[in-house]
Amino acid sequence: MSIPLSWYLILAATLFCIGLFGVLSRRNAIAILLGIELMLNAVNINLVAFWRYRDPAQMAGQVFAVIVFAVAAAEVAVGLALIISVYRRSNTIVADDIDLMKW
Amino acid sequence: MENYIIWLLPLPPLLSFFLIILFTNKNKKISHSIAIGAAGLSWLGSMAVFICALGVKEFGKHVYGSAINWLPTGTTWFKIGVMIDPLSAAVVFFVAWTVLAIFIYSVGYHNFGQPKGDHDIAGLPPHGATITDQHGHQHTVPSIEPMYSRFFAFISLFAFGMYTLVVSDNLLTLFVGWEIMGLCSYLLIGFWFGKPSARNAAVKAFMTTRIGDVFMLLGIAFIYSFTGSLSFRDIFKPGMLQALASTPAFFGLSAAGIIGLLLFIGTVGKSAQWPLHVWLPDAMEGPTPVSAMIHAATMVSAGVYMVIRMFPLISAGWTVGMPLNTTMGVIAFIGAFTALFAATIAVAQNDIKRVLAYSTISQLGFMIAALGIGAYVAAAFHLVTHAFFKALLFLGSGSVIHGMEHGEMHTGDHSVDPQDMFNMGGLRRRMPITFWTFLIGGFALSGFPILTAGFWSKDEIFAEAFGNGHMVVFIVLAVAAFLTAFYTMRQITLTFFGKPRTEVAEHASESKWTMTLPLIVLAVFAVGCGWVGIPEKFPVLGGILPNWFHEFVGSTLAEVPKAVTFSWTPLLTSLCVALGGLFCGWLAYRKVQSPVEDKLQIPLLKNKYYFDELYNFLFVKPAGWFSEKFAYLFMDRTVIDGILHSVARFSLFLGGFFRNKIDKPVINEFIGDGTGNVVKASGSRLRKIQAGRIQYYMVASVAFLVIFALLYYYLIGGM
Repeated sequence: MSIPLSWYLILAATLFCIGLFGVLSRRNAIAILLGIELMLNAVNINLVAFWRYRDPAQMAGQVFAVIVFAVAAAEVAVGLALIISVYRRSNTIVADDIDLMKW
Repeated sequence: MENYIIWLLPLPPLLSFFLIILFTNKNKKISHSIAIGAAGLSWLGSMAVFICALGVKEFGKHVYGSAINWLPTGTTWFKIGVMIDPLSAAVVFFVAWTVLAIFIYSVGYHNFGQPKGDHDIAGLPPHGATITDQHGHQHTVPSIEPMYSRFFAFISLFAFGMYTLVVSDNLLTLFVGWEIMGLCSYLLIGFWFGKPSARNAAVKAFMTTRIGDVFMLLGIAFIYSFTGSLSFRDIFKPGMLQALASTPAFFGLSAAGIIGLLLFIGTVGKSAQWPLHVWLPDAMEGPTPVSAMIHAATMVSAGVYMVIRMFPLISAGWTVGMPLNTTMGVIAFIGAFTALFAATIAVAQNDIKRVLAYSTISQLGFMIAALGIGAYVAAAFHLVTHAFFKALLFLGSGSVIHGMEHGEMHTGDHSVDPQDMFNMGGLRRRMPITFWTFLIGGFALSGFPILTAGFWSKDEIFAEAFGNGHMVVFIVLAVAAFLTAFYTMRQITLTFFGKPRTEVAEHASESKWTMTLPLIVLAVFAVGCGWVGIPEKFPVLGGILPNWFHEFVGSTLAEVPKAVTFSWTPLLTSLCVALGGLFCGWLAYRKVQSPVEDKLQIPLLKNKYYFDELYNFLFVKPAGWFSEKFAYLFMDRTVIDGILHSVARFSLFLGGFFRNKIDKPVINEFIGDGTGNVVKASGSRLRKIQAGRIQYYMVASVAFLVIFALLYYYLIGGM
C-alpha cells in the first residue's frame, strides 16, 4: 500500500542518533542546542507515525507532537538566552570552557 | 459521753507541743500559756471522768471505754482504744494534778518575767543578769531560761505520753506512750546539753531504759502471738488467763509467767529497779521540774502502773494464801531488795536531789515488792500517795536550790554548790513556805503516823506482807522504811534546821508564788490522799471514813481482794520505824556542820556500791572495745572498706578495659574515624567525575541509559 511504519521508525532513529552525535561531539553550545532540536523532532516523527499507523481515531499522538513543539520552542528561547548571557560573561560559547560548576 | 472524753484526754498536750514547736516558740508568754492551758484542759477532762467514775456503782464491772478497728489482721481487726477502770481512774487523778502543778511551777522555776541573762547561751542553765536600780546600784538577778519555750514543748509532749499510757486499753498504745516518755526523758534530762554531765546522763537514761523496753516488747510480742490480742479486756478474761497459766513455756515457767517476767523487766528499766537503777540518780542533771515530773510523779510511776495493770496475768493461777509463783517471787525479791539497797545509798548522799532520787528508787521498790506479794491495792495506793509527796519533795528541793542560787547571786560567791546539803542549813526562816511543804512531803515519805498519806499506804504494805506471812519481805521493807525516815530527817535537818553553814544559805530567799502555790496544793494531797484508804479495822480511826480506795481500786480485779485482817505487829513496826527513823535522823544530824563529821559517809555507800564503775567495767568498756576494735577497725575499716575498695578497684579495671580495648580502638577509631575516613577518601576520589563539562555528563547519561535499557530488555522486558 504505502510506506510501512518501520521506515518511519528507522528515519526517526537515524535522526535521533544524528542529533545525539551532534550533542555529544560538537563544542559549540548553539550546535548542541541544534542537536537537541533534531532529537526532539525525531521523537515527533515517532509520535506522529505511531498515531497514524496504530490509532488514527484518537488525537493523542498529534497533541503530543504539538506539546513537544511548544516545549522545544520554549527550550530554544531559554537556551539561547542562557547562551547569550554566558557569552556576555565569559566571551565564549564553547561548552567545554564553561566549567564554573567544576569541583 | 465519758467514753469519748477519754479519747480527748491526751490530745491538748500533744496539740500544745506542736503549737509551741511550730508557731509560738519565739514568744515565751504565749508558749507557757498554751502549755498550761493544755495541761488545764486535760486536768479538767480527767477530773470530769474521775468524778463520773465515782458515781458509777461497781465501777470495776462497768468501766468506761471505747475501741476502734485500727489494723486489719486477716479476717479480724487489731483494735486500739481507751479505757478508764478504777485503777487508771486513780492514776489519771494523780497524773492530772501533778502535771498541772509541775507546769505552773516551771514558770517560776525558769524565771519567767526576769530579764535576759548577760551571757546566757542555749544549752546551759541561766547564769543571771545584771540590772541597775534607780539608785544606781547594780544587782545580779536570776535570768530567764534561754530555751524557755522548748522546755514547755517537751514537757507537753511528755504529758501526752503519760496520758496516752494511762488511758490505753491495750499494751500497744501503752507501749507507744511509754516510748514517748522515754524520748522526752532523754530530751529533758539532756535539756542543758551544754553540760557534758547532762549529755551523758541523757544517754545513760535512754540506753538503760531501752534494755528494759526491748524485753517488754518481747513480752508484748509473746502475748500477742499467744492470745491474738493486746487488749487488757481480752487478755484478762478468765479463760484466757487460765490458758496462759497452764501452757508451759521455757525454764519450767508457764506462758503467763514468762510474759509477766518479760514485761516486768520493762518495769525494772522504767521504774529504775535494781539492777537497772543506775540511770535515775544521774537524771537529776535535768531541770528540777523534770526531776519531779519524770523521776517522781509520772514516768517511773508508769512502770509500776504497767506492772500493776498486768497483775492478773502475773498472778494467773495464784490466789491469796498460796505460795508465790516464780514470777511473783522474782518481783517481790527485786522490789524488796531495791527498796533496801537504794535506801542505804540515799543515807550517804549529799546532793539534795540525789537523796530524793534514791528515795524514789526505794519507794518504787516498796510498790514492786507489794505487788510481788500480791498486795495489789496496797501497791496502787502507795503509787498514788508517793506520786503526790515525791512530786512535792522534788518541787520543794527545786525551790530550795532556787533560793540558794538567789543567795549566790546576792553574795556573788559562785563557788558554792547550791545543791549540796552541807552548804545549806537554817533555811526554815528564809523559806518558810518551802520549809513547811517540804516538811509535810518528807514526813509523808517517812510515813509519819496518822497524819500523812505515806503512813497509810506504807502501813497497808506492811499489813499485807505480815498478814500473808511474807516475813522476809516484811523485815526488809521495815528496815528500808527505817532508813527512809532516817535519811529524810537527815535531809530536812541539814537543809532547814540549825544555823546557815554558808553565807549563800544566809541570803537564800523564798521563791515566787508560781513555785510555792503548786507546793501548797501538793502538800494538801500529801496529807489528805491517805485518808481515803484507812483500813476499817484500824483502832479508833477505822470506820470513821470508809476504806474507799480499797473498794474502788480493788474492784478492778475480777475478784475484789479481801482486806487483810488487822494485826498490831505491822502497825507497831510501822510506827516504830517511822518515828524512830525520824528521831535518829534528827539526833544524828542536828549538830553536824560538815561532811567530815558525818559518820555515814562510807565510801561504799557514797559511791553507790560502785555499780556505775562495775557497769562501766562490765558493759561500757567492753562495748567501747568491741565497737572500736571489732566494729570500727575490723568490721568497718577492714571488711566493709575492703569490699568497697575491691569493688572500686574492679570498677576501675573494668572501666580501663572498656576504654582502652573497646571504646578507643573499636568505637572511636574503627567506627567513628573509620566512617569519616572512608567517606572522605571516596569523596576525594569520586569528585574527579564532577568534571563540570556538560558533554561528559551527557555521555555518562546516555551510557547508563543504554546499559539500563539493555539490562531491562534482557532481564525483565525480554521475557
